[in-house]
Amino acid sequence: MKLAKTHSISLFGLSGTVIEVEADISSNLPGFVLVGLPDASLNESTARVRAATVNSGLSLPQRKITVNLSPASVPKHGSSFDLAIALSALRAAGLVGGEGITETVFIGELALDGRIKPFRGVLPMVLAAKSSGFSKVVVPLENLTEAELIEGIEVSGYDHLTQVASYFGANCPVVKPIKRVRLESLQECSTKCFSEVLGQNSAIDALTVAAAGGHHLLMVGPPGAGKTMLAERLPGILPKLKHEQVVENLAIQSLAKADPGKASNLVPFMAPHQTASLASMVGGGSGSPRPGIISLANNGILFLDEAPEFQTPVLDSLRQPLESGTITISRASGQAIFPARFQLVLAANPCPCGFSVGSGKACMCTGGQRAKYFSRISGPLSDRIDLRLELNQVNAKQISSGEPGPISEDLAARVAVARAIAEKRLVGTPWVKNSQVPGTYLRKQLRLPTQVSRPLDAALDKAVITMRGYDRILRLAWTVADLSGNTQPTADDLALAMYYRGSA
Amino acid sequence: MEAKANPKHILGLYGEKLAGNYLQALGYEIIEKNWRCRLGEIDLIVRDKNRYVFVEVKTRNGAGYGHPLEAITETKLRRLRVLVGEWCRARQVSGVDVRIDAVGVLVDQGRVQLEHLKQVF
Repeated sequence: MKLAKTHSISLFGLSGTVIEVEADISSNLPGFVLVGLPDASLNESTARVRAATVNSGLSLPQRKITVNLSPASVPKHGSSFDLAIALSALRAAGLVGGEGITETVFIGELALDGRIKPFRGVLPMVLAAKSSGFSKVVVPLENLTEAELIEGIEVSGYDHLTQVASYFGANCPVVKPIKRVRLESLQECSTKCFSEVLGQNSAIDALTVAAAGGHHLLMVGPPGAGKTMLAERLPGILPKLKHEQVVENLAIQSLAKADPGKASNLVPFMAPHQTASLASMVGGGSGSPRPGIISLANNGILFLDEAPEFQTPVLDSLRQPLESGTITISRASGQAIFPARFQLVLAANPCPCGFSVGSGKACMCTGGQRAKYFSRISGPLSDRIDLRLELNQVNAKQISSGEPGPISEDLAARVAVARAIAEKRLVGTPWVKNSQVPGTYLRKQLRLPTQVSRPLDAALDKAVITMRGYDRILRLAWTVADLSGNTQPTADDLALAMYYRGSA
Repeated sequence: MEAKANPKHILGLYGEKLAGNYLQALGYEIIEKNWRCRLGEIDLIVRDKNRYVFVEVKTRNGAGYGHPLEAITETKLRRLRVLVGEWCRARQVSGVDVRIDAVGVLVDQGRVQLEHLKQVF
């Protein structure tokens, strides 16, 4: 056999294309040629494959080996084709058997000694192989745990070329696999509990509402009021991720780093520093774009502490993902779309010095400074925030009374119940959380009795609130009602919602 | 000549002799050995029926430095192509078919392994 074919995957963003890897051995002076639009790093693959095969006791013939990657029009980069190229060449040389080799997708980078190394993006590659109708895929052993999350495709992991070759019938000494590190089982409980937060029980109530309805949140308070403490505890009361959400998040993590760590059903919590750059936030990079922090916060919380200190372009870049739940990164070589459905939590001081609370006597800022500080959070962004919370400094009485906050587990149970109620109400619609429901649906299908909505209508008439604000208060009111067990918001629920929404 | 004395050269001559015997056994007629001009040297020129074959012979002792055929580089082939023209001019041979072959001789602990590649252009 002088001709052979295997398959691999070329990844751009999260979407993969199946690549045919053909090898031909011709009677000519020894050489290894790679054709079919490989980039520089992929061209180096020939040297790795040559060395890896020799050091695995599988000598490729001293002839000219031509490897073609097709379709040639798809740009290919990186080192993930090594294993497919090696197997294709070995098959062409007749060193391995052909049973099933063409129907298998090979993903892996080779070291010079033949070891198969883990790398970024294995999970989305396996997904692409599955959706293209392949039933078998070979991945690096260290990426096996993430690849196994995908059901309906046979995944096997190896950490040495000899293991793969001997599986396909090669006659070579097999290097034993290094014992596979079993990733820790899912962590069940978040360690941080709301009971550790003193004197902020009303804020915790508001956070429960935010969790139950998936509402974006802004916390304003002086330094030391507990904004960060509260935000860090929010993931603990959110429902655990579902299997498909775990897979989706792990696919993003798989692209972002070589070792995506453990598959976790805990809600992700990303808290970038205020110096974060635009590219680190939304994703980017040369070649195949990588996901940014907002995609790593997918199905979880994006917490921006000291939000007005972030660069304005960074804050404004959040507007599209907040609207669509995805981020599109456009490059000359193509468009990559990453999911970015996160719940936004902003924290801010009331002014640059941080003491413009209560009587505001301690504040040293000028009025202009104060106005400028908040104008950093642009109108369109603050429009998307349902819940505004003002935190006050904790006083000595609250500390000495020693009354602990509610326990996170209890709150999580309440949130789960409220979410279930909302989901049941929204059956047959594309939405599952109150925060997703558009205003027209709220005002028509979920119309409130006039006597309940009267204060709200009055506020609208007096131009105290805008139409958009009106819808947001309605959304919050439904969440409050779900939490308190009312089938429909009462006047009290609506009043509480108006309080949470703040002015405007 | 001093160069003739070194072991590398002796190995080379040995390989070329083996290659010549091998080609003769295949029915090739040897025209010339080690033809030189100011541009370089052609190891072996043989004739296969009506076709002139220019052979580059590479001999290696052990595979430690790689296979002998691997040592025949693109640069070397390019030079060989020029030499083919030079030879034809010098011998006033024209209008004939030519071919460039490569022969790798691997001498490993007394065992000799010979590989012949035709038409390596």
